[in-house]
Amino acid sequence: MPTSATERARARDQAPAPTLAIGRRRQRSALIGLPLAVLLVGVIALAIGRYTVGFDQVLRILIGQLLPIERTWTDTEEAAVLQVRLPRVLLAMLVGAGLAVCGAALQAVFGNPIVSPQILGVSSGASFGGALAIVLGLGSAALVLGSFGFGLLALVAVFATSRVRGPAPPLTIVLSGIVVGAFFAALVSLLTYLADPYGELQSIVFWLLGSLATATYGKVAVAAVPVLLGGALICALRWRINVLSLGDEDAMTLGLRPGRLRWLLLTAVAAVVAGAVAVSGVIGWVGLVVPHLARLWVGPDHRVLIPVSLGLGAAYLTAIDTLTRNLGVAEIPLGVLTALVGAPVFLLLLHRSRRGMWSDA
Amino acid sequence: MLELDGLGFTHDGSDWLFRGVSHRLTPGGILTVLGPNGRGKTTLLRCMVGLATPTEGRIRADGAIGFVPQSHRTPFAYTALDMVLMGRARHLRPLATPGRRDTERAHAALERVGLDHLAHRDYPQLSGGERQLVLIARAIASESPVLVLDEPASALDLRNQGRVLHLLRGLADEGRSIVLTTHHPDHAMEIADTAMLMFGGTDVRVGPADALLTDHTVGALYGVRAHALVLDDSDDPGSPPRRVIVTRYDQEPPS
Repeated sequence: MPTSATERARARDQAPAPTLAIGRRRQRSALIGLPLAVLLVGVIALAIGRYTVGFDQVLRILIGQLLPIERTWTDTEEAAVLQVRLPRVLLAMLVGAGLAVCGAALQAVFGNPIVSPQILGVSSGASFGGALAIVLGLGSAALVLGSFGFGLLALVAVFATSRVRGPAPPLTIVLSGIVVGAFFAALVSLLTYLADPYGELQSIVFWLLGSLATATYGKVAVAAVPVLLGGALICALRWRINVLSLGDEDAMTLGLRPGRLRWLLLTAVAAVVAGAVAVSGVIGWVGLVVPHLARLWVGPDHRVLIPVSLGLGAAYLTAIDTLTRNLGVAEIPLGVLTALVGAPVFLLLLHRSRRGMWSDA
Repeated sequence: MLELDGLGFTHDGSDWLFRGVSHRLTPGGILTVLGPNGRGKTTLLRCMVGLATPTEGRIRADGAIGFVPQSHRTPFAYTALDMVLMGRARHLRPLATPGRRDTERAHAALERVGLDHLAHRDYPQLSGGERQLVLIARAIASESPVLVLDEPASALDLRNQGRVLHLLRGLADEGRSIVLTTHHPDHAMEIADTAMLMFGGTDVRVGPADALLTDHTVGALYGVRAHALVLDDSDDPGSPPRRVIVTRYDQEPPS
């Protein structure tokens, strides 16, 4: 161990110069490339569909909304892009980004890479809150508030039952989540049983199927408020999420208040999931698969992982939603396709990192 | 400065794990805590850093207390640099992320423990000794005037034990107060000014390390046969011989 300053300096000169590690280079390319990729996916999604609009026309229509340029497109094209597809693409981006960021945050809060809003029962809690609002005949604000309240309740229930002292083993958390999720799913079934079959029942069933097909600018606005507020809070806390993921004792001795920080994060997650569930029902797998893909790409540092999950989630759900519109003659439900794509991808990821994930179980 | 004033801890109110622990550790001082398993060494340390609440007594420190736990698993494969950077949490505003200066300090702390060349390696893939050094670097980066370390040398090979001991001596010489636990009397005699022997309950003895650690006290503390040897193995002809304590690993220890 070198002790004097000159010895230290000599040791430093002899050591290989610290190169920018591969991980850092990937992080930079992701943070620069991802916004472009999201834009590209968005433009493609606006262009294709039953009525095809050229990419150049899509760009012109979008730019034409902001700048006075020559009108080279038809009214039909403008309606298809701006009235039908744009709200849907915006909604897909909001929901996809929100669910992915929530998944990444929850995986850190629980110190467990295999949890997600759906596995932890938040989505079920939120859907019960929303269904309750529909049965009681309340408006869309109550739908979001109900989703938020019961989503948060589900999260707190899972946390309280699984994490008695220190991080709970992954299987305990997953089991708690499944139980809490099943409980709220049963409450939703009870509501559908009690609901008027010619009135609220249909709204509840269609809403819960998980779809973006009924997107409107109104729904974009309803989702945007909780998703952006919660998402911004999670992004602002993204470095502290690193510290929290080490466990309460480390976080506390490093000078944080883990209890308060976790409450902030769980509340933000509940807000984002409530916003997403309120406009699109329960869309599974995004919050589980996307953070894993992001972690493979840029590593686990949440300073980078959270923004990359956000972009990747937006692009992923927009791409999948575009597939649901274009794959078959009739539209494939979005929740079905996210599961069909997400489950095999997750199995592959699980296989690749099985040892790291389950060694504590 | 760290001041322990009559600390006591009991789970049920009658059976004291330890009681009446008092000591004032000045800047530059090193306190080594020795005692058999289960006599409350770790609990005492947890009380010092706020992870446990003492049943009675008070702890005063003139600043934040940095804690170095035994090297543990992390759920995610953060790099060594990211781990050390987390030591800066205390110095950042609630919504801030670490800046260039924090990163420089993290690098400096890693260099201090001799691991800056591993800055971008994944923490879980480092050896046990390297992980322990990274956690010490994290405590250095936190700039706490008091450092508390739970068996910092227990997972290390002989060479790395020496490395950690001299690192701790150097950190104390810069004005920090250091508390550590160990099972090796030699460690205490090598670096510590003060030793604390936890015999259990109210029998907690504190004193200068070289006076308190004898073949009798160490033998009685652990229930083994211990012998003191005088060894003149220094390269420096002027330095006095040192005393070491060796144990006989009997099958039937004296009761």
